Amino acid sequence: MPASLIDADSLLAVDVGSMTTHATLFDVVEGHYRFIAAGQAASTAAAPFKDISEGVHQAIENLQTITGRKLIGDDHRLIMPVEEGNGVDSFTATLSAGPAIKTAVVGLLNDVSVESAQRLARTCYARVVDTLSLNDQRKADEQIDSLLRQRPELIVIAGGTDQGASRSVERLLETVGLACYLMPADKHPAVLFAGNKSMVEKVKSNLQNLTSYLSISPNLRPTLEVEDLQPAQRAMAETYTQLRRTQMGGVDELSSWAGGTLIPTAYAEGRIIRFLSQVYDPSKGILGVDMGVSAATVAAAFGGELTLGVYPQLGLGEGLANLLRYTSLDDILKWIPLDLPAERLREYMYQKSLYPTTLPASVEDLAMEQALARQNLHVALNSLAKDFPRRVGRPAAGLMPYFEPIMAGGSVITHAPSLGQSLLILLDAIQPIGITTLILDQNNLMPALGAAAQRNSILPIQVLESGAFLGLATVVGPIANTRPGTPILQVRLVHQNGNETRVEVKQGALELLPLPVGEAGRLYLQPLRHADLGFGPGHTRPEGIPVTGTVLGVVIDARGRPIRLPADPARCREFIKKWLWTVGG
Amino acid sequence: MLAPVTHLLPLTTVQRERLLPVPGQVFAHLDQKISPLDVVGEAHLGGQHLLLDVARQLRVPPEKADKLIKCRAGDQVVKNQAIAQSRDLIPQTIRAGQDGKVLLVGGGKVLLEVGETAIELIARVPGTVTRVVQDRGIEITFSGALVQGVWGNGQVDSGMILPLLNSPEDVLTAKQLDVSQRGAVILAGQCSDPAALETAGELPVRGLILGSLSPTLLGQAAQMHFPIIVVDGFDGRPLNTAAFKLLTSNAKREVTVNAEIADRYNGARPEIYIPLPVTEEPPRPREVETFAPDQPVRLLRTPHAGAIGILINLKPGLATMPSGLRLQAAEVKLETGEQVVVPLANLEVLG
Repeated sequence: MPASLIDADSLLAVDVGSMTTHATLFDVVEGHYRFIAAGQAASTAAAPFKDISEGVHQAIENLQTITGRKLIGDDHRLIMPVEEGNGVDSFTATLSAGPAIKTAVVGLLNDVSVESAQRLARTCYARVVDTLSLNDQRKADEQIDSLLRQRPELIVIAGGTDQGASRSVERLLETVGLACYLMPADKHPAVLFAGNKSMVEKVKSNLQNLTSYLSISPNLRPTLEVEDLQPAQRAMAETYTQLRRTQMGGVDELSSWAGGTLIPTAYAEGRIIRFLSQVYDPSKGILGVDMGVSAATVAAAFGGELTLGVYPQLGLGEGLANLLRYTSLDDILKWIPLDLPAERLREYMYQKSLYPTTLPASVEDLAMEQALARQNLHVALNSLAKDFPRRVGRPAAGLMPYFEPIMAGGSVITHAPSLGQSLLILLDAIQPIGITTLILDQNNLMPALGAAAQRNSILPIQVLESGAFLGLATVVGPIANTRPGTPILQVRLVHQNGNETRVEVKQGALELLPLPVGEAGRLYLQPLRHADLGFGPGHTRPEGIPVTGTVLGVVIDARGRPIRLPADPARCREFIKKWLWTVGG
Repeated sequence: MLAPVTHLLPLTTVQRERLLPVPGQVFAHLDQKISPLDVVGEAHLGGQHLLLDVARQLRVPPEKADKLIKCRAGDQVVKNQAIAQSRDLIPQTIRAGQDGKVLLVGGGKVLLEVGETAIELIARVPGTVTRVVQDRGIEITFSGALVQGVWGNGQVDSGMILPLLNSPEDVLTAKQLDVSQRGAVILAGQCSDPAALETAGELPVRGLILGSLSPTLLGQAAQMHFPIIVVDGFDGRPLNTAAFKLLTSNAKREVTVNAEIADRYNGARPEIYIPLPVTEEPPRPREVETFAPDQPVRLLRTPHAGAIGILINLKPGLATMPSGLRLQAAEVKLETGEQVVVPLANLEVLG
């Protein structure tokens, strides 16, 4: 059903994170949806509250204070619909609070259905604790005992193409069923089945009474060649929400306020990225990144096809205690402009894991926090990139595809002390190529827009166009196979008023050309030495490229792809300092 | 703004629930005096499982195999007992490999449970049983001194507390440990010496309370069979002065080191209990606080990481930190008399 402004004017969106609960108000101003204000409060999912309601109420109360609009009645209920100027017309909610869901993945073949099921698990806040497949060397009873030891909260079962293998799936179902049967009734896991559709009735009859929640989704691998995660992602999101309702106080109330449409934050972020990929230039993808305390979330969509990854192990909070399983101290240290011993960084990571909500007050702490953000985001993005659709072109192996725009959330990026620091974190972590725009989600609007898009497709578009997001920079990332110091690009930026800025860019350089917000210009790029700007080696658009003003203007990042830092730590620090100075410190 | 709370109290009353993960038997009764190592309940989790595929082994269809199975769900079987037998001229027999219990029979298969895993519920907290939760466990009420830590290795024990530090900054070395400390709970400052942990385990001690532990020793500490509690963190910071004063002033008293693994969602924290005689129940600690003047606070991050102070006032608006971040902050008077501005996010209330 097409949405209209009349359907619901104002919208209150609540996002409950592990650390912070956000309440965001949207309303119609002069015929268009606008972001009005946001309130936030500490989340109360953890002890001593163990109930998200207190944090939700406080965030909304803070929003009331900011806007002067009463949203919660004296009976502590949400005023909905609007009554005499108070309350809201609609409400959406997203949730990411809580420890990652312990998940077991079950499939037939490791490199087919198991891989797909693992990809599905990665679209939500899940931690895979066991994997069962035909490749598994363990006997069925050993698999049962393993499941009993691990006590997964969720079991994702895939396997068998439609009309394909059923006996092997049946064997795995029997193993899962027996394990569930042997678990105490109050410890029964939720089960999501996304395998051979001819097995659905069997799954229902075998598992219905042995699970806390049974979800059936269309096969995520309907044929051997085709993987379709989208319907299963929806089922995964529903299952996550259902699990949280039984695990966490206040989720039921929030869900009822949202009319049963409470969804995981990452799912909402993925939805808005997919939505935008259908609106923007189909030749490029859309990238959304969120560097949070509880997880790093990366969403990339290409012509409506979404690849979503949630990495709790790469968050900047409790996950830091185990981060060195996924990266090295040296790889983090190289991003720090200060001379710090590796042990100091290790201690910082472990200490931060104890106090995930604390913030860097000293220069040293900030440098370590931002280095961790760069490296974690880089690892998350490169992990997700392995799952990008094969049809997506890349200029060279190991490089990112072309994205336009790149949207970034997470306070370590959006609330860095300077916008130059925000820029450098994103450039270092993502290393974008071609021409792209970096956009900051400073008000944590992405989850809200993703949740709203389900019922109102106009709101996200109008809010996005309203300037509620911060245009950070237009980035040009050339690829050139040449030595540092060699000229690779001549740039001419022609402003609306006819003024021109010219610069010759050398390999290894980082250049900023101011083009303030509200202004527009045309960018003429002349690649040298076969530098590739996304138009093919040595090619350009002779007519120029229209660019709009952003807070940092046009940034030419010619530091190479991938960025290769000097092996000598002292020289490496000099480079980082120089780049920081270039972007304004 | 809601404030995180850590308890560092010379005299308080706390209640702790101790529950079995599954229903079982509770041994303790109301008003019973409990020691930390008392077993107050037990549950049986079942042992390993054996799935015998009778149909496959006898090479018959499952429905036919079911008729050849000689046991039923609930039966106890002994090693070598026939589970199923074919009706061939020379019958083929499937036997139980171990003593066990038949859990399920059907589809040509038999599921056996062999062995048993009993879970003992250890009290972990000294005190009095003030509530019994039928089939699940008890609530224990404790009165005395309480110190909460940030990391524990999961073990629990009790013993006489022996400070091996003259100041909170002191570093524990293996040389400080000798046989005279066997059975004691050692209180020390920082530890980055693997030999110190090794020696403590060899004596053995009954517990180790540290201000901070090097993160490189976490794996070793987790494997130790005696309880280790880290009170302040992993970054070489000294034992905080409030804990130092409280624990050293109770030197040679019996303490319980409940090195429970911290979990911020269920509220579990490693805790040190020092039972003290009381005539009436001391006040219970507040679990929920909002930041306010005159509160004792601990600073969680650099600079002044681990320092203790008094919150003087909440700064209006946002304050700019040396890092450049603009944050909600408070003025805090440190024990040294120095007054510093600290982000609220980097403070916790002691109480």
